[in-house]
Amino acid sequence: MNHNYQKDISGCGLTGLISKKKNRLSGSHIVKSLCLMNDRGNGLGAGYAAYGIYPEFKDFYAFHIMYDEPSVRWTVEEYLKSNYHLEKIEEIPTFPVKAISISPLLVRYFMKPLKDKLVGDIQEADFVVNTVMKVNSEIEGAYIFSSGKNMGAFKGVGNPCDIAEFFRIEDYEGYIWTAHTRFPTNTPGWWGGAHPFTLLDWSIVHNGEISSYGINKRYLEMYGYKLTLLTDTEVAAYLLDLLIRRHGLDIPTACLALAAPFWKNIDNKDEDEREALTALRQAYGSALLNGPFSILFGHSKGLVGINDRIKLRPLVAAIKDDITYMASEESAIRAICPTPEKVWAPRAGEAVIVNLED
Amino acid sequence: MFKSLAPPEYLATIDREKCIRCKRCIQNCGWGVYSWGGDKILINTSKCVKCLRCYHYCPEEAIEIKDNPTKFKNNAYWSFHHIRNIKRQAETGGIPLTGMGSDQNYPILFDNLMIDACQVTNPSIDPLREPMELRTYLGKKPSSVKIEKGKDGKLKLQTKMPPQIKLDLPIIFSPMSFGSISLNAQKVLAMAAKECGTVMNTGEGGLHEDLFPYKSNIMVQVASGRFGVNPDYLNAGVAVEIKIGQGAKPGIGGHLPGEKIPLEVAKTRMIPVGTDAISPAPQHDIYSIEDLRQLIYAIKEATNYKPVSVKIAAVHNVAAIASGIVRAGADIVYLDGFRGGTGAAPSIIRDHLGIPIEHAIAAVDDRLRQEGIRNEASIVAAGGIRSSADAAKAIALGADACAIATSALITMGCTTCGKCYTGNCSWGITTQRPELTARLDPEVYAERLINLLHAWTHELKEILGALGINSIDSLRGNRERLRGIGLDTQTLDILGVKPAGR
Repeated sequence: MNHNYQKDISGCGLTGLISKKKNRLSGSHIVKSLCLMNDRGNGLGAGYAAYGIYPEFKDFYAFHIMYDEPSVRWTVEEYLKSNYHLEKIEEIPTFPVKAISISPLLVRYFMKPLKDKLVGDIQEADFVVNTVMKVNSEIEGAYIFSSGKNMGAFKGVGNPCDIAEFFRIEDYEGYIWTAHTRFPTNTPGWWGGAHPFTLLDWSIVHNGEISSYGINKRYLEMYGYKLTLLTDTEVAAYLLDLLIRRHGLDIPTACLALAAPFWKNIDNKDEDEREALTALRQAYGSALLNGPFSILFGHSKGLVGINDRIKLRPLVAAIKDDITYMASEESAIRAICPTPEKVWAPRAGEAVIVNLED
Repeated sequence: MFKSLAPPEYLATIDREKCIRCKRCIQNCGWGVYSWGGDKILINTSKCVKCLRCYHYCPEEAIEIKDNPTKFKNNAYWSFHHIRNIKRQAETGGIPLTGMGSDQNYPILFDNLMIDACQVTNPSIDPLREPMELRTYLGKKPSSVKIEKGKDGKLKLQTKMPPQIKLDLPIIFSPMSFGSISLNAQKVLAMAAKECGTVMNTGEGGLHEDLFPYKSNIMVQVASGRFGVNPDYLNAGVAVEIKIGQGAKPGIGGHLPGEKIPLEVAKTRMIPVGTDAISPAPQHDIYSIEDLRQLIYAIKEATNYKPVSVKIAAVHNVAAIASGIVRAGADIVYLDGFRGGTGAAPSIIRDHLGIPIEHAIAAVDDRLRQEGIRNEASIVAAGGIRSSADAAKAIALGADACAIATSALITMGCTTCGKCYTGNCSWGITTQRPELTARLDPEVYAERLINLLHAWTHELKEILGALGINSIDSLRGNRERLRGIGLDTQTLDILGVKPAGR
């Protein structure tokens, strides 16, 4: 029955920034940048992700959980308590906004897996991923939408400005920010459906439609991922987790698998590179993300922007001092950085990879 | 002589006004329908198979081949073919044979599957302006690769890759032996395979020396009769296929009658001239999956680890069998659906055993994914691929590539008359009679087959473009881009496809 799902389709606007020197910036910048692109969304979803926002709990996994059904909170917490040490539990601070009349119960947890649960070969990260998969696919009405360390996602149904106000995004300070406004064409407004999508430290905002979704999903399922959200973005997040964390590819190589160079370009490389790229495509053909997309993905060490192989969605990048900006539109960058040192449109399939300085 | 009570299926007729008595029909008919009566052409219509060779070569269009209007009384249960077969069996006591894939009226799932297309939310891609990739590699893939960056910043592969067969399009030719088809027909396949960047398959008939120049586009086959098998043969092509079964005759062996074994066939098969070539039903050294594993590895040892394909008929338990084959070490699982063609099979077997290829692809692809071994082998789907759309649907269901045979033979003149087993093919395809095989000029007909592959290449690219994807990788197993019409819930579940409108 695994095929009987209704896939989510949406268009969007996205923006992101990274301070290489890890200067923590207020969320007000990213909010201003995103709100400029209001017309790229239709008020049915917006969200923000930030890194470096929980320095006092940086060694704990920060779980953000939304409960559509408040009564399942106790079921989930029972389960978490039996597997994790919970350092702190609190409701995510929110503030009333006129345009947002209903919202799920939003709770965050700072926690660590119990040592005796990590038996045998199981890695801590795998253990956390399994928890996320289990809760999201098996507990109706509960959804973990953030599960990394010293980072968090904030998202919901509403316009970028309303969501920002609701979560008081400007009160957070982070050195990497991504944000997203959404134009879904077929989904009811569900808070979990907004971007960013996260898993562990990965966070993804995505503009586009992944036409290869069907095979990407089935490929991931072979490795135990449960695709509960039926969105393209979820596929991208899990593929990055599989290729980088589990298969050990570095980020530039993983990008070459997801937005693979064309065979005609591979054939023209010298022998070693040709052999490497050919093997990469042979092994990861089912991981190829095909169809129009621009994606920003944040992780604990940096920010990456990437386009599909023939650039069917916009992505612009700019640099000023130690900050790199990437957004769907140049105007969204200039709204917060009027005089960048360099502005460019990354070429199709060529990733923009920015790493934090150690 | 006793006149058969099984009435002729076709009536060959000549318009006597138009006929100029050129006798081309006598010359062209391999079946002996026509003969010269001194002042006119005589017709023995009971021999006619409606292959239309005479029709095409009649300069005056005087010939018409009609379906015999004289049938038994109409009966929804006792069909013409049931009654006719009983009468034939009453006369001969034998098993009626047939060629080609089953022509019976079973549901055709391909015709109930529709392909998606892009509108607005994702742009379609114009294959005439943008790159569109059909390149396919058959073989075992590692689940992950290790790549390191050298000091010069260049990528260097650290994983040893299993051998792969490179195809420029996801279509190969199904095995057809020299013996079942003529050497000229095999040459057509080999030339087209070379030109189009794909492979042909020797079938179980050995490799004739005339095909040596095409070695890099040939897969050799080892089947139950082991005809023509020796170390040179195994090493001759790009891969070796072990044939366990055939879609048209699952569980049945083969029998090439002595009349189809002249000197060249005998030499290639390494058997005496004129002897029947019997391929036993099972391979007598494979009675179990562990036996298959031993043969797979014996062949790998003998060939310095070329890819090994295992061909099976699509039968009820195909998913579990395919899983076993992959675990036994095969690089390719070749699935042959019940519509698949044959040079000769009992019609009772052809029309009643096995399952359609569409179900088999879906079941096998699902099972290999459930077991986490889908990357361990490529799936080749065969058995009634009639068009590029069928191929696209098969690939979307989960096949890596499709194999075609009947479609290729049709480019050589075949009209699917189904009389391949007689050795009288008037088009020079399934015959060894020199006067008939001489008609099939390999260069001329290779051009036609190349045209077909080019046309399907263009069509596949158009389909991918409409789907908004620019690589066949993104179609493979992408059942999300298929919808079923008029299929019941259970069939949709098996195929993993949603109904149209959802």
